[in-house]
Amino acid sequence: MKARVFYSLAFIASAAFAQDVTKVLQRDFHARGQATMDRVVQDGVQRVCTESRDRPPAELAKSLEADQMKTIAYPSGSLMGDWKRGESIAQNGRGLQWTDKPGAAAGGSCYNCHQLSPQEASFGTLGPSLRQFGKLRGNGQEIQRYVYGKIYNAKAYNLCSQMPRLGLSGTLTEEQIKDLVALLLDPDSPVNR
Amino acid sequence: MRKFLGFCAVVGGGFCAAVLAQDAKKEIQRYQQMIAEGSPVELFELQGEELWKKPQGPNKVSLEKCDLGLGAGVVKGAYARLPRYFKDADRVMDLETRLLHCMVTLQGRKREETAARVFGSADRPSEMESLSAYIAAQSRGMKMAPGLSHPKEKEAYAMGRALYFHRAGAWDFSCASCHGEEGKRIRMQDLPVLYKPEHARPVVSTWPAYRVSTSQIVTLQWRMNNCYQQMRMPEPDFGSDTTVALILFLTATGKDAPYRGPGTKR
Ligand code: HEC
Ligand code: HEC
Repeated sequence: MKARVFYSLAFIASAAFAQDVTKVLQRDFHARGQATMDRVVQDGVQRVCTESRDRPPAELAKSLEADQMKTIAYPSGSLMGDWKRGESIAQNGRGLQWTDKPGAAAGGSCYNCHQLSPQEASFGTLGPSLRQFGKLRGNGQEIQRYVYGKIYNAKAYNLCSQMPRLGLSGTLTEEQIKDLVALLLDPDSPVNR
Repeated sequence: MRKFLGFCAVVGGGFCAAVLAQDAKKEIQRYQQMIAEGSPVELFELQGEELWKKPQGPNKVSLEKCDLGLGAGVVKGAYARLPRYFKDADRVMDLETRLLHCMVTLQGRKREETAARVFGSADRPSEMESLSAYIAAQSRGMKMAPGLSHPKEKEAYAMGRALYFHRAGAWDFSCASCHGEEGKRIRMQDLPVLYKPEHARPVVSTWPAYRVSTSQIVTLQWRMNNCYQQMRMPEPDFGSDTTVALILFLTATGKDAPYRGPGTKR
């Protein structure tokens, strides 16, 4: 009980501070290229994760994850695209930076954080290895929906995930996400070989 | 000689002309030694020293009267005591912010013009980069001891810490998203956990640094700028309270490490 009271006080204190930080960012940053100033304003997820140091109270996390789940727009028809195109999207680390051309196709930066195809030895480790993902987890409808949703909005499954919301942020298109679903799940994809 | 001119093409004509006008033979020997040692850092230090002593701006004075915190013109050990609070500006400043301040107040140069090209390129290094290399090198062997006692220093430290964990931007990142857990990498690049002293020490004691992949000196202001770019945020102003607060937070976390830069980075 004591710990709980202490926790919520710390929570309130850091909430006040996060607002100060936003004001400082608004004063100290300037828009450049496609990186406009609206990006410094936190949404609810960013605010709660900042205030709780990425450990949100369970109840709150559950309800915010449910809200995030509602943002996922599933396309009709098959969710499996072309794994070959998926591989180059996974390789590409561009998109949404002030140096990137507005409107140019972005990548998913997947290799920045994950191991995927065995041919690519230069992979990051911020996220878990996705090697053999489809082999281990199957490739039916349910897992297709999960992978599509996870890429579209990682925060729907894990509120304070360090993985960007690549669909919701407008980084990747529906078509690109389908290609990535195939990269992870298609039995012919190098990920599963 | 040919080798030296080849290097001139890389480093930038203006500097090389100046060097050639000096004692070319001595410089070539120095350069050959540096190549043997594997880093051209010293060339940038020499260029920085020249810039420090060169009269510039409407007032036609050098930066030699600039107070980097230890008194007007004192360069030795100054970098190891930065960032710190400066009474004349009533704010906390890191090396680059202070240099810009002196360019404006001493030399009479316009802030916007002077700050317009603070990050250089391989063929055109910036004044700020060479100056930073020169000044930092004069603190070699001295323990990093940024200002942490003045109320504004304490405030900046707290702000730097808060900024480190603040999630924002199109990809929801904070610094800790990438620099938050031990043993993590982006592609092949190891990511130091910069709120841990044992990770921050080797970092703050080697910046500014020669970046091999782009053949230029990079500074901490540049590093903050580049990481915010990767965070899909708008661009931080050069020398803003935000960047200075982060640099103070990092330096304070790595304090007591003897300075051994300018170092070499990927
Ligand atoms: C900046 C880091 C980062 C990037 C970029 C990133 N991820 Fe992730 N990803 C993570 C982290 C961290 C986790 C684990 C935590 C979680 O589940 O949210 C994760 C989890 C996942 C999972 C769930 C794994 C499981 O076992 O259920 C999938 C699938 C996934 N990522 C796919 C991708 C794909 C595809 C891309 C590129 C379009 C991508 N990720 C880009 C960091 C990242
Ligand atoms: C999306 C990932 C990402 C985020 C977020 C990020 N960084 Fe970095 N940072 C990197 C990478 C990658 C490198 C190494 C680059 C290299 O090796 O060239 C790096 C390097 C650094 C270094 C130099 C480390 C060394 O070994 O000398 C510092 C200091 C640093 N970052 C600070 C920060 C701060 C402060 C923030 C937040 C404002 C931040 N980073 C946010 C990816 C990130």
